[in-house]
Amino acid sequence: MNRIETAFQKKPIFMPYFPLGYPDLETSVDVIEALAKNGADLIEVGLSFSDPLADGPVIQQATQVALEKGITVKKSLEAVKELRKRGVTIPLILMGYFNPMLAYGLEKFIHDAREAGADGFIIPDLPLEEAEEFQSMLIAGRVDGDVLSPSYRDLPLIQMLAPTSPDERMEAIARNAKGFIYLVSVTGVTGERREISNDLGELINRVRAHTSAPVCVGFGIGTPDQAKQVGQLADGVIVGSACVKAIGASDNPVEAAREFAREFSKALKSIDL
Amino acid sequence: MTTLLPHKFGPYGGQFVPETLMPALIELEREFVSARNDPAFNAEFDKLMASFVGRPTPLTYAKRLSEKLGGAQIYLKREDLAHTGAHKINNALGQALLVKRMGKKRIVAETGAGQHGVASATAAALLGLECVVYMGSVDIARQEPNVFRMKLLGAEVRPVESGTKTLKDAINEAIRDWVTNVRDTHYLLGSALGPHPYPTIVREFQSVIGREAREQMLMDAGRLPDTVIACVGGGSNAIGVFSGFVNDEAVELIGVEAGGSGIASGKHAARFGDATKARVGVIHGTRTYVLQDDDGQIAETHSVSAGLDYAAVGPEHAMLRDNERAFYTSVTDEEALNAFQTLCHTEGIIPALESSHAIAEVIKKAPTMRKDQVILVNLSGRGDKDLNTVIKELGTNM
Ligand SMILES: Cc1ncc(COP(=O)(O)O)c(C=O)c1O
Repeated sequence: MNRIETAFQKKPIFMPYFPLGYPDLETSVDVIEALAKNGADLIEVGLSFSDPLADGPVIQQATQVALEKGITVKKSLEAVKELRKRGVTIPLILMGYFNPMLAYGLEKFIHDAREAGADGFIIPDLPLEEAEEFQSMLIAGRVDGDVLSPSYRDLPLIQMLAPTSPDERMEAIARNAKGFIYLVSVTGVTGERREISNDLGELINRVRAHTSAPVCVGFGIGTPDQAKQVGQLADGVIVGSACVKAIGASDNPVEAAREFAREFSKALKSIDL
Repeated sequence: MTTLLPHKFGPYGGQFVPETLMPALIELEREFVSARNDPAFNAEFDKLMASFVGRPTPLTYAKRLSEKLGGAQIYLKREDLAHTGAHKINNALGQALLVKRMGKKRIVAETGAGQHGVASATAAALLGLECVVYMGSVDIARQEPNVFRMKLLGAEVRPVESGTKTLKDAINEAIRDWVTNVRDTHYLLGSALGPHPYPTIVREFQSVIGREAREQMLMDAGRLPDTVIACVGGGSNAIGVFSGFVNDEAVELIGVEAGGSGIASGKHAARFGDATKARVGVIHGTRTYVLQDDDGQIAETHSVSAGLDYAAVGPEHAMLRDNERAFYTSVTDEEALNAFQTLCHTEGIIPALESSHAIAEVIKKAPTMRKDQVILVNLSGRGDKDLNTVIKELGTNM
């Protein structure tokens, strides 16, 4: 069983997002470690991009700060390695836009990500139509001189679905889903919303009709109560902007991370299934 | 999932957007294909082009400029005389008609120079659509007259303060709005950029420039041009005029990018001109040449003309360049400003600063050609919007 499968042994799981390099590299590593050791079941580790067009103001601002402080793909991968060294054993999924990965070199990126200890990828600007290039590299592995390294099949490219996806797309996308499905719960960019949509249950059921992979819901979840509400329906609850905001606004980000993770995981554990 | 139209230009183009937008792109493509096969749609478009935009725009023989340069004969395709003062209206009206067809009520648009914003606001007013235009605050400051125009036309102009506060950031915000409101909103993208099917749709609506110009050249000069020159921001006016001649192999096609303060200065928007900073990458849904740093972060660009100040180039241009069917060069701010004045003095035409880049290339190129040779230059827009910038740049020289 790989780390992702292990994480989904008990559901629903709590999946915070946090960008490396914010408010600075060292603190972000401490924050992610604190999240991991206080109840996060899986962490989306953010790679920063100058033009994050799927993100709302909170994540835009945080990743902008990370870039100003000098975060790079290389430093981000080193930070993942450091997290493993510190005994973080939960899955770490790299979440970032495609261009910095292209600039790094796709094969090298995949290779180095695995070496560092990452468990998969979320790339919001790589829909099904454009995923093949990346997928085929995961399957083929990499030629290192004369040595063919093993394939990276166990590192999934997480597929995203949206409320606007019609059934035939859901089917095509979910059919080959590995790891889990990232279901975007609202049409829009990342950021908290006042209410969870009434249609969420129905949306999740539509996805479940096409796959047995765990369905995790993100975008718009801001409070432990909302997380609980979503956790009653989904296999995982993704919390991005609220996490970044709570930790970013604190004088003691690491303590804030501990508290944040405890609160959300407690809310999810309180669900009677 | 397969597309109805080719979604790539060689290795360039594609659809690098969040899943939320994919169904909208698929719907847009479907609607565009059905509209193009619908004689009623085409008749309506043609009628608006004639009765509202004032097409065909004239072809003007630039006699005094040709004499002054002493080489090739120069013809100007007068997109500056299209309603609203630039070629942008062709695409804006075409897409706005598609919006009506799709039954959507609201459009969002990005704008750099403000010409596409004005064109979108105009199309929205004409067809009764709600219109929001995103514009970087840096561009708002340098293209003020166009901001007033958009407001007069009933559009809401939303200043963009993120990133570099120019066109690229305006596109980010327009896309964010679109993702949020995609069910009733169309993104009226203003150049031959972005995810498929936009580069194709924009080219098709702008191809009217090339079709007219080809016919007019044959009528007025009795021959095709040896060279066609256009400025390249995202690439819509260039692809529009090139499309009329791309099958005429003997016709040389030249695109002119913004050289800013010079390539060596690093302050420019020459995606094809700077091998150190431009690599194939992905931005705003398309794969193409992108000015970026080693880590894949999109670079800040510079040009005196807001409409050329963008880090990526339309994907079809990337293919034309690879195939050597078209050639790309750049001119500096200073050369463009000189060309601006030259055209004012010799022809009585105040060109847009974007178009002045094409004129600057003509000024370099014409003297190297024979008198019996012909250059066609696409004068993509008029310069009224740029007077503040020009007064500031030229200062006491005026
Ligand atoms: C007059 C004019 N010409 C050219 C351009 C550049 O755009 P494109 O390369 O799409 O023609 C603009 C853009 O705003 C413009 O206003």
